[in-house]
Amino acid sequence: MNALRLIYVGWLFQFKQLSRSSFDSFLAILWPLFFATVAFFMFRQGGNPDALIYAGLGAAVMGIWTATSVAAGSALQRERWYGTLEILVAAPAHFSLVLLPIGLATACIGIYCMVTTLLWGRVLFGIDFPLDEPLAFALAVPATLLSIGALGFLMAVAFARYRTAWALGSMTEYPIWLICGFLVPLALLPNWVPPISWALAPTWGMNAIRESSTGGTPFPDIAMCIVLGAAYVTIGVLLTNSVLRAARAKASLSLT
Amino acid sequence: MTSLRIFFIGGVTAYRGLINWLSPWIFIPTLVVTPIFQILLFVYIGRSAGVQSDEFFVIGNAVQYASIPCLFSMTHAIAGERYQQTLAYILVSPAGRLPLFLGRALPVVVNAWAVSVFSLIVTGLILGIDVPSSAWPAIGLVILVASFSCTGLGLICAAIGLRVRETAVLNNVIFGLLLVFTGANVPIDEFPGWMQAISNRIPLTHAIEAARDVAQGSSLGDVSGLIATEFAIGVVYTVVGYLALRVMEYASRQRASIQIA
Repeated sequence: MNALRLIYVGWLFQFKQLSRSSFDSFLAILWPLFFATVAFFMFRQGGNPDALIYAGLGAAVMGIWTATSVAAGSALQRERWYGTLEILVAAPAHFSLVLLPIGLATACIGIYCMVTTLLWGRVLFGIDFPLDEPLAFALAVPATLLSIGALGFLMAVAFARYRTAWALGSMTEYPIWLICGFLVPLALLPNWVPPISWALAPTWGMNAIRESSTGGTPFPDIAMCIVLGAAYVTIGVLLTNSVLRAARAKASLSLT
Repeated sequence: MTSLRIFFIGGVTAYRGLINWLSPWIFIPTLVVTPIFQILLFVYIGRSAGVQSDEFFVIGNAVQYASIPCLFSMTHAIAGERYQQTLAYILVSPAGRLPLFLGRALPVVVNAWAVSVFSLIVTGLILGIDVPSSAWPAIGLVILVASFSCTGLGLICAAIGLRVRETAVLNNVIFGLLLVFTGANVPIDEFPGWMQAISNRIPLTHAIEAARDVAQGSSLGDVSGLIATEFAIGVVYTVVGYLALRVMEYASRQRASIQIA
């Protein structure tokens, strides 16, 4: 129960903090709109209305990853700048309970991006988004957010030893957009790419959202999304122990 | 002679001092890997939408990505003085402002050119783009002019950065606008009239068109009009940027807001 309370309070605190940062909220909302606009023009030029819906939904989910990649990747570095990293590590609660809410909060900022992009597509490009399975859609969106948040948590831990973690986080933005099928069907990518995509929860989250909107079988995708999210959290917790052990042994937590 | 020294040596020294964050740990992810993936992303979106050729997106995005170093480095090369608490010393120095500010732009242009050419070559190799070897010098020249003109826009951002704290947000927004309006991924004639009017008045649009034409076999002479227009746009933005810097400098003195951060 304490763990759940810590996750909730941590999430709320981080979400409020991120919402007040022009870089992490305003820019995170605006940034995918530029790419969505270009994609809408390209698909409209292609003349296929179904493709425009495909692109609209993909562009909406792109924003969740945008909000997560830089902010979660650099979460530890941010705590270093604030001077709170050592205090958080020394706290009695497991450090992963501090980091996980950061990943979840960054992903939840993506809700703003998602809504904005869908409205952008509807108002400016006249994209009429269908909603074939509202219940599945209502499950697919939080499942995607949680799993992307879990991936953000894993990145935050994995980049713990890098001073320039934000650059590494930023570097993952386009590759994830590309290989998770946000705007490009996996079938178009080289044969060696889809196996990588299948290990990434955003791929399944995207599928789930798309199939619940346009019709299909979203529930297996939702399940896969949750399973992968849980796997990221498990790996992240184990990695946290190992990273903290190494940082303590080498006295390198502050990277100074 | 003093002005030349300030322009060349001062410019390089300031660039090295202020852009010290551009270590390999940042340079490689942001200026080597990311442009390659931006190009690949749009190439595959183009294939998915069934529009344009791979070459269209490779050239468009490689030239457009020059804007990242142009905007971010140029802004930081001037506004970054504030973060290091040295802006006031720069502004009270007797150094001529023209060589002082423009000298910082020169390394930015060189860096932007290198980033753009590198991403063009690498993605060209990955995707098997067939650009005649005779076209490369002309493409290199076009990218140089594009880097110059976009650095002019960077100067304007730098001036704004003397009064606005959130320069990273500002630069990202301008990069996004350039992505949409320069025709890097969508032919300009697909845009509504008001967007075309903007496209024709901003850096990179004409350079992207010129680079595409050269890759298709046009000679440098054939695209000289486009290059001249791009250069002229660059001159206008540079002059506006320089004047904006002087205005901001004056306003900062008047309002005692030099170290506003």
